Amino acid sequence: MGQTLNDRNLSAKVRRYKAQNAAIYTALIIWAVINIFPIYWMFTFSLKDNTEIFGANVAGLPQHWLWSNYSRALATGQMGRYFLNSLIIAVATIIITLLAAVMATYALTRLVWKRRKTINKMFMLGLTIPIHAALLPIYITLSRTKMLNTYLGLIIPYSAFSLSMAILVCTSFMNDLPRELDEAACIDGCGTWGIFFKIILPLMKPATATVGIYTFLQCWNELMFANIFMSKDALKTLPVGIQALAGQYTTDWGPIGAALVVATFPTLLVYVFLSRKIQESFIAGAVKG
Amino acid sequence: MKKMYSNKLNIFLFLVPGLILFVGVLVAPIIASGYFSFFDWNGIGEKVFIGFKNYKELFTSKPIGFLRALKNSLLLAGLSVCIQLPFCLWLALKLGKGIKGERFFLSVYFMPVLISTVVIGQLWLKIYNPDYGILNVLLRAVGLDSWAKIWLGTKETALGAVFIPTLWQYVGYHMLLMYAGIKSVPKDLREAAMLDGATDSQVNWFIVIPYIKPVLRVSVIFAITGSLKSFDLIYVLTNGGPLHSTEVPSTLMINMLFLRNRYGMGSTIAVLLIFLCFGFALLVGLIFKEEED
Repeated sequence: MGQTLNDRNLSAKVRRYKAQNAAIYTALIIWAVINIFPIYWMFTFSLKDNTEIFGANVAGLPQHWLWSNYSRALATGQMGRYFLNSLIIAVATIIITLLAAVMATYALTRLVWKRRKTINKMFMLGLTIPIHAALLPIYITLSRTKMLNTYLGLIIPYSAFSLSMAILVCTSFMNDLPRELDEAACIDGCGTWGIFFKIILPLMKPATATVGIYTFLQCWNELMFANIFMSKDALKTLPVGIQALAGQYTTDWGPIGAALVVATFPTLLVYVFLSRKIQESFIAGAVKG
Repeated sequence: MKKMYSNKLNIFLFLVPGLILFVGVLVAPIIASGYFSFFDWNGIGEKVFIGFKNYKELFTSKPIGFLRALKNSLLLAGLSVCIQLPFCLWLALKLGKGIKGERFFLSVYFMPVLISTVVIGQLWLKIYNPDYGILNVLLRAVGLDSWAKIWLGTKETALGAVFIPTLWQYVGYHMLLMYAGIKSVPKDLREAAMLDGATDSQVNWFIVIPYIKPVLRVSVIFAITGSLKSFDLIYVLTNGGPLHSTEVPSTLMINMLFLRNRYGMGSTIAVLLIFLCFGFALLVGLIFKEEED
């Protein structure tokens, strides 16, 4: 008797557990759809003409794959140009940020001097400072030095704003490299620079990947500075270019969709292959702070 | 070795690139912003020193509407902390427990974080479009014609319509941080509690959440400072309109600087933003510390 009662209890519990589980999965799947849908929609309407987008076929796959939207976005919309600008600026920023950050981190973690804790704290303040606060003085400086509408006019500010996070990640990584390595290299006759270039730098690869990914996304997506510092059409970055394009094609959604895809596609493609690494870089940028 | 590592010239050379960047592009401009905030200046003519008049005008002038902008961003911060973060925590707890499809869900939820805010903004502009937007098309399709609205163009709905994508985009970010924290909870801690007969929710409440408090602190700080700084999506969707109903401090700042050429007033907003961000970061840190004691 007691046995069956227990069984009944158990099966009720199992049933409740199953129902709960199903509810959770439903919620998770609905949220996944909400997250995927805008991206799916973007891809499909980038291949449609207005009659499909505006009524005949709002959310379905395109009936006629209209690749001409892409050629219009790339040719008349200059998306190729904007893409290249964004790429040049992002790559240059990554290189400068990494070099400055790894060097500073070496001085902050390995070299011996008095005020290094204070300086480290100063760098870390950069994590909380809203970059808008520096906008006007940087704008004035760039305009006086005739650097508005130059690549450097964005590369330098971007590098400075990526620096804090880069130093943060590099510091925690460099602290984990055993100091015996330095000593061994020192005994072998390496100087400070020799140790830096031959021992430390090659071992920092995982940290540089983390910093590189994070910095890339920040530059690729930044709007405020790019919008104000780049007014010449030939030098616009993707976010600014898209804004310009959207202003041009207010009634023609297809080419805009194509432009959005062009701007998003590289990021998503890399994400498909490196999702774990990309997620790690975001975690490293926040939690260790 | 120690002597070699104490060489002043080398220390200087290693630090110099970073220091020049940081001081030149961050520290000095911020000090300059602070300095400009005490002047009446249109960028071309003479600067006139006016003390704290900009600050006073900012807080008292109705036409500028700084208080409304501040209220909007604080409302966003409130929604972010009270609705967005609990939802993120719920997702993170469910995924962190280890369920089927964990990686898939995680990666999908994080996707919007990677996409440029301009792209997200353009997409939502199209979703909200009064005539052809998905939202109104959907409402009309199910017979709710009267619910269809000019979402971004009406004073009453614009703020909500702007907040939804803003909150939506970063759910994945906070969820990821919390998830990483949850994954670092030692297994035996969890198992010990389970052996003692604790239910899932008890384990979450008494073991996991206290364990990931440092992560939660970071999330709360980011949610609040992020809301205070928010710019991109609002700029793309409404640029503060209609009738300033979606104005936030940073859209107001851009407006002052580059439309009205009020460099002093724009700098004043910039300075206040810094103080607010640091203030809230400190406050949240203190609250979390109190809790621990």
